[in-house]
Amino acid sequence: MEIPDTLKYTREHEWARTKGTQVVIGITDFAQDHLGDVVFVELPDVGDTVKKGESFGVVESTKAVSELFAPVSGKVVEVNDPLGDTPETINDDPYEEGWMIVVEPSDPKELDALMDAKAYRAFVEEQE
Amino acid sequence: MSQRTPLFDTHVRSGARMVDFAGWEMPVQYAGILEEHDAVRTRVGLFDVSHMGEVVFRGPRALESLNRLFTNDLSKVADGQAQYGCLCRESGGIVDDVVVYRRAADDLLVCVNAGNRQKDFEWLSSHAGAADVKNESDEWAQLALQGPLAAQLLQRLTPLDLSPIRSYRFAQGDVAGVPCLVARTGYTGEDGFELFCPPAAAPRLWDALIDAGEAEGIQPCGLGARDSLRLEMAYRLYGSDMDDGTTPLEAGLGWVVKLDKGEFIGRDALVRQKEQGLARKLVGFVLTEAGIARHGYPVVQDGRKVGEVTSGTKSPSLKTSIGLAYVPPALAAEGSTFAVEIRGRAAAAKVVKTPFYTRK
Repeated sequence: MEIPDTLKYTREHEWARTKGTQVVIGITDFAQDHLGDVVFVELPDVGDTVKKGESFGVVESTKAVSELFAPVSGKVVEVNDPLGDTPETINDDPYEEGWMIVVEPSDPKELDALMDAKAYRAFVEEQE
Repeated sequence: MSQRTPLFDTHVRSGARMVDFAGWEMPVQYAGILEEHDAVRTRVGLFDVSHMGEVVFRGPRALESLNRLFTNDLSKVADGQAQYGCLCRESGGIVDDVVVYRRAADDLLVCVNAGNRQKDFEWLSSHAGAADVKNESDEWAQLALQGPLAAQLLQRLTPLDLSPIRSYRFAQGDVAGVPCLVARTGYTGEDGFELFCPPAAAPRLWDALIDAGEAEGIQPCGLGARDSLRLEMAYRLYGSDMDDGTTPLEAGLGWVVKLDKGEFIGRDALVRQKEQGLARKLVGFVLTEAGIARHGYPVVQDGRKVGEVTSGTKSPSLKTSIGLAYVPPALAAEGSTFAVEIRGRAAAAKVVKTPFYTRK
């Protein structure tokens, strides 16, 4: 299972990557593997606000619906719209092409509270 | 504590992801639901369905006894033929939907749903009259070999001539040296077979099919693909689309209810329901807006809940969002429209003809 060192992680298996002042958000390799084939994704619109720990969308596999939880609060400045037509990208490339939204964080310090790769790996191993 | 089939170790060793289903630890997927689904539609897939139960009726009154508990008519099928139908309560509510394999008039095997093993046995044995009823669920393993290449693969492993075993027929014979009841039945909408065999021999049979099937590109499959395959055919799933509180007429299974065959449990209630008209009907629908309908989602019309989704998924073959729902008869005709409430939003839906998928 892939857990890039440079990212931050939530207990709900989202990742967050700093890009300048912004934060790119997606779900982890562990999450996509456990979901199985992703067949539908529902994301917010540009301009919406998301709140740390609250749902910002859903991702659905053939069998199940899972909510997506925001790692940080802020305003959505970009959405990966092509995922609407090709949700399987989330399975194929969860950390790059499978990114979901970009947020302009209202409180960048919220990132510090997330797990780093080492802590997330330990968290995942505990779950298995 | 979950129960395990004789193939549990085989699944784990082959990298299956295991889940709890109706009290059983079963593989939900091997390679992924979409890949497995496609393998069954285009090549051949192998499923462990040993969690299904088997109840056997024997004795001179076996046929007559079982026919009084069954909505379809077992006197109309020959020995070596199988028939689908329901077991009903006096109320007309469905105890289970089952396939009966008529080995002889005095020897019939009832294949029941995993979650209903005990309930069905108790129901059948307490209403069987003079027949000898035995719960043989632990004496059988069951493998389903499904897909357009299933017959050519199976034929290499058995001395039985498979060509006369047409749909819903079966025979006894060896497969890879394992004595089996070889039935041309299934739950996928494709050609295929269900192999009933002794539990101890199941891993050997599984391995032989996987090995021989390499030429056909055989794919081991889990319950996830089984569910998406059956839903594309609009095959009902007990516990999701129907239960003790729904009747076969409501569930759209009127074609397996033979009201004129004579007395059977539930007949009076079903006759009454037919005369009075149904309050709801199970229909197939597609979403015409984005989203996926799921079990339990409300069906709404003019802002009011008028029904409920019982099954739904994104069809892997058709790439559309399909489902089954109970709706009032006024909304049941093909082309009728309603909405499905998905996370507080209404998504438009249209009633369509089923099966959703037609075999190529």
